[in-house]
Amino acid sequence: MDWTEFPEMGREELRDLKKGIDASFREFSRAYGESLEAFFNPLLQFMIWFERLLLATPWPIILAVVAAFSYLGSRSWKISIGAVLAFLAIGYLGMWEDTMATLAIVLVATMVCIAVGIPIGILMARYNRAQSLITPVLDIMQTIPSFVYLIPVVMLLGIGKVPGLLAVCIYAVPPIVRLTNLGIRLVDREVLEAADAFGANYRQKLFGVQIPLALPNIFAGVNQTIMMALSMVVIASMIGVKGLGVPVLRAISNQYLALGLMNGLAIVVLAIIIDRVTQSYGRRLQAHRNGGDHG
Amino acid sequence: MADHDNIKVKIKSLYKVFGDNPQSVIGEVQQGMGKPELLEKHGHVLGLNNISLEIPERKIQVIMGLSGSGKSTLIRHINRLIEPTAGEIWIDGEDVLSMDEAALRDLRRFKTSMVFQKFGLLPHRTVQQNVEYGLKIQGVADAEAHERSARWIARVGLAGFEDHYPGQLSGGMQQRVGLARALATDAEILLMDEAFSALDPLIRTDMQNILLDLQEELHKTIIFITHDLDEALRIGDNIAILRDGAVIQEGDPQEIIMTPADDYITDFIRDINRSKVIKVRSIMSPGGVSGQGAQIPADTSLEAALAPLSKAENQTCTVVDKSGAPVGTVSLNGAIAALTPPESDEPVAMQY
Ligand SMILES: Nc1ncnc2c1ncn2[C@@H]1O[C@H](COP(=O)(O)OP(=O)(O)O)[C@@H](O)[C@H]1O
Ligand SMILES: [Mg+2]
Repeated sequence: MDWTEFPEMGREELRDLKKGIDASFREFSRAYGESLEAFFNPLLQFMIWFERLLLATPWPIILAVVAAFSYLGSRSWKISIGAVLAFLAIGYLGMWEDTMATLAIVLVATMVCIAVGIPIGILMARYNRAQSLITPVLDIMQTIPSFVYLIPVVMLLGIGKVPGLLAVCIYAVPPIVRLTNLGIRLVDREVLEAADAFGANYRQKLFGVQIPLALPNIFAGVNQTIMMALSMVVIASMIGVKGLGVPVLRAISNQYLALGLMNGLAIVVLAIIIDRVTQSYGRRLQAHRNGGDHG
Repeated sequence: MADHDNIKVKIKSLYKVFGDNPQSVIGEVQQGMGKPELLEKHGHVLGLNNISLEIPERKIQVIMGLSGSGKSTLIRHINRLIEPTAGEIWIDGEDVLSMDEAALRDLRRFKTSMVFQKFGLLPHRTVQQNVEYGLKIQGVADAEAHERSARWIARVGLAGFEDHYPGQLSGGMQQRVGLARALATDAEILLMDEAFSALDPLIRTDMQNILLDLQEELHKTIIFITHDLDEALRIGDNIAILRDGAVIQEGDPQEIIMTPADDYITDFIRDINRSKVIKVRSIMSPGGVSGQGAQIPADTSLEAALAPLSKAENQTCTVVDKSGAPVGTVSLNGAIAALTPPESDEPVAMQY
């Protein structure tokens, strides 16, 4: 036997295998594509509405909202003023519309991830079986190159906002699932036992004890999810999502250095602002746990 | 002492084995296999070993033992936070083990409440909200829960701290919150698992006083766990002593001091201040009373009795009960003799 040649499967069989998989998936998408599209239609409408809302709102109001949110989140004038200055610069450099579109997809993707991810995390915390089944799936979702799952998503739903959103969510949902699960499992056993001893049922324990005490961790998950959604913006623009990713792509294919840099930096700036605001909010969530006001 | 009281909680032949398959070894345990042998042969831990205990209504039952003797395991069986491997648990004549989930929740909501060694407070809720916790779970309306919790907060001396978070309070104050939370539900049975063990000695004495004061007025059935003999003697109407998951002696504190069942308990009680703890009634010779001479109440400690005894005629006094009726006599010599702790029968056993 020759040990330098790997004993490959026959060329023909391999081609047939790939063809077979492609054909059956194409059949699947022909059969279910439309109903899937219908299923996602409300989401699509919501995304369109949200993006239009951001674009139709006069920019001073958006700036005021940005200032208010970053102040409420961080309780820091520095961060709040910094955020406003950053948005002013972005607008002045001609990236206002793309930034609004990016904000729209990131915010909607975050909402979807929260709505899907937290219940899955709760399920994993409740049943060890669920945890051992879902954990490897999350591992795959985080390590598989995003281009690989773009293919079936595009085959199923074509090019546009919904497949883009889906791609972003697949990439961005794992942290919130993991940290919800972890946060609930880390809740102090004595406190849970106290809830049991007073006759709390599952719902009362979940909403009265576990989720509130897991909140700092859950929020760390939200923060990571937002960051990961932002980092998917360029890839999502490859399948038809508007936003800051589009000019970046154009810059790559045409070697426009300045265009690429500016839009890339705008994404970074968004990421920094959102990260600072959500992190300091998360820290405040934790405040009264250890020593509170005087601690 | 428990003879004529109503039994509130009855535990019968209770066993708890921790491990992968307790049912497979419980037979051997019931046949008398001990804790070390069970661990060595089958890799299971014997938590409770054939416990039978009748806990009287409206009294403080202390369960005492060293760390690892099974105290926490036992108290958690009463509200079934831990499921037994074999045995029976009855509360007010109801079979706790036959209760379904809903009945068990009601038992925990309305009949028992618990105070924990590490307080077990909800760190994200204020003092007020913590004390209301049991009431909210019972389904009591907001306004009433608020009013009742405010009363208990004041009762444990925390008025003014309603809006503080547990993390802002000292250990003693946190346990007052724990106590108020347990009392607020009006449960008849109070389960206290080393509730004061984490506190400094001075604060611990404070808390014992609060508890005894409250008990004067409330007459709850309290099951109080401790590893501290002084605390047990101070608080308990009855004491059960656990060792390796089994009850090795049970009774009135005086009984345990005067007639320790074995060397383990003899060692336990050697260092107590006998002149303060032992009461005249425990050492008197009953009957044979003329009612003459100096009188001394039955509940007088030896320390307090020494002076009147040495002044009395023949150095002997008549012991009288609460109503003033003579019940026996006590002599100075008897009192002095009682101050010497009993020796262990087998000196070997004293080495630990
Ligand atoms: N969940 C458990 N699994 C295995 N062993 C346990 C478990 N809980 C308690 N034990 C064992 O049971 C014995 C009694 O423990 P515990 O009731 O906590 O004692 P105490 O409260 O008197 O210190 C100990 O030997 C302990 O190691
Ligand atoms: Mg314990």
